[in-house]
Amino acid sequence: MRISTGTIRLVIPAASLALLLAAVFYMQPRAMSYTGLNLLFNLAVPIALATVAQMLIMAVNDLDLSMGAFVSFCACVTATFLQASPAIGVLIFLGAIAAYAVIGVVIHVRELPSIVVTLGMSFVWGGLAVLMLPSPGGEAPGWARWLMTSRPPFVPMAIVASIVIALVTHFVIMRSSVGVLIRGVGGNVRSVERAGWSVIRIRAGTYALAGFFAVLSGIALVGLTTSADANIALRYTLLSIAGVILGGGEFVGGKVSPIGAVIGALTLTLAGSFLSFMRIPPDWQIGAQGAILIVVLGLRLLLNRLEKREKSR
Amino acid sequence: MNGARLLFSKPWIWSFAATIAVWIVTVLFTGGASSLGLSQAALTFAAFSVIVGLGQMFVITLGPGNIDLSVPATMTLSGTLALKLMDVEDGMIVVGLLVSILLGFGIGIGNYVLIKLLRIPPIIATLSMSFIIQSTAIWTNRGLRIKPPEILAIFTTSNLFGVPNIAIVALILSVIAWVLLEKTIYGRWISAIGQSTFAARMTGIPVDGTRLVTYILCAVLASICGYLLASFSGGAALNMGSEYLLTSIAVVVIGGTAVAGGNSNIPGIWGASLFMFLVVSMLNTYGFGAGFRLILTGLIIIAVILIAGGRQANR
Repeated sequence: MRISTGTIRLVIPAASLALLLAAVFYMQPRAMSYTGLNLLFNLAVPIALATVAQMLIMAVNDLDLSMGAFVSFCACVTATFLQASPAIGVLIFLGAIAAYAVIGVVIHVRELPSIVVTLGMSFVWGGLAVLMLPSPGGEAPGWARWLMTSRPPFVPMAIVASIVIALVTHFVIMRSSVGVLIRGVGGNVRSVERAGWSVIRIRAGTYALAGFFAVLSGIALVGLTTSADANIALRYTLLSIAGVILGGGEFVGGKVSPIGAVIGALTLTLAGSFLSFMRIPPDWQIGAQGAILIVVLGLRLLLNRLEKREKSR
Repeated sequence: MNGARLLFSKPWIWSFAATIAVWIVTVLFTGGASSLGLSQAALTFAAFSVIVGLGQMFVITLGPGNIDLSVPATMTLSGTLALKLMDVEDGMIVVGLLVSILLGFGIGIGNYVLIKLLRIPPIIATLSMSFIIQSTAIWTNRGLRIKPPEILAIFTTSNLFGVPNIAIVALILSVIAWVLLEKTIYGRWISAIGQSTFAARMTGIPVDGTRLVTYILCAVLASICGYLLASFSGGAALNMGSEYLLTSIAVVVIGGTAVAGGNSNIPGIWGASLFMFLVVSMLNTYGFGAGFRLILTGLIIIAVILIAGGRQANR
């Protein structure tokens, strides 16, 4: 039986997630229930969406350091405009997605480093969020709240949503021709250009798509937390990058995996729950999260080595 | 004409031009009353950004993907640990500094061990490391605020002939960094690695050794900065490094160092650090609210990059 490299790329993140889940179940058997799983993965949906957005940007060899600020901005819009007057809220979101496309174009045309431009944009999004909600507040739109807290039979919402996100993005990025072009820009810009495609349009489209997923992330986050503040999702910048890498993605070369990215986001969420089960003193919570990250990545290296040995045999 | 063209071909000129423009606008608003105070404050606060920026610059020069995200955590731990150790005693100042430097050494080695042994991309490796360092800092600090020794506090807050001492320290470190970068084989090596790691390895450059030294250098500079900043602000705080994560990257890139690596620029870091501080103080002077201040800071950063990056488009 032949296994594609894409599948092998997925085995490692999936194995780390399974291992971490097994450890949680071993320590707290009661987590092995509908409610338990729901609690464990509750916050995974917005993180998974933000990770997918970051993955799109990384697929064209860029990096978005404004992800956290942008998701916070979207959360603030959701809790204020989208709740009070949906039409204006949708217009703001369309504007924000257009702004993302413009950023993509500017980065491409002027050959600017994406890190710096998005760094600058993180201030802009942060400032807009502060203008909208100077202090924590707002209210979640009823439908977002309903969607995020609904209880489908057998499988908790968080897991259903994660699977849907993974499948939809897998189809868009790995199976559609648009996805091939996006990854092509990351892999070899020149060959895409020579084949007659407009790289500038592809990049604008990729950024817009990333902006769209980040908007969804903000809406999902407010659906869970019921209110927003300007700093609500700042840690998503680093979480989303870590999630993509954990899921087997790479910084350059257009090598990304949507299913892997979602698994990476789930792993990071679970790591947080795992630590609270371990009763680690609060001082060391953050440090333990770092340690888990290191252990999982070490595991990845180990499995990579094994896989190579198998191949050379 | 030739001189002007030579001047404008330097990538760092833009950050200085922007700095002077912002300085003039701010001083005009206050009617010239604050020009000395503003300049001194700018030099002091820019000095801290310069010190961490220098370390980050060496790392960024190594090539795409090389960035040290553990800078803020290192600053915090170094400041906390040093002040705790010195315990307000003047005799311990040197010991505190040495411990800070040693700590930076350890963190730098730790960072590179993760990058090399686990083959983790530097961004993730230094991020994981920074979580662990941050926890250690929380554990050491325990919410206590220990004052710096008297002499050290005076040294970090006073001026020599009108120039803040901190700025002089940063200048000395910059000169050392410049010599290291331009006049030594090590500087040539990091530029070579940044331009093409593969080619550098083929020509026999000790790539791993050079990268290890660079990560150590960055962590040591962050430690020194944390030590000075904690002494300057009268005690260490757990969030004292947080704003330096973005600042350290921004000053390097605005200063004209290539993000793709292999080309670095020390004068630009000074221009960019002064610029970043002056923008914020200008917006403060004009009485903007927090939201507008953030938006304008972001737009100004992007504008500077757009103007400075324009030269590349004409290649």
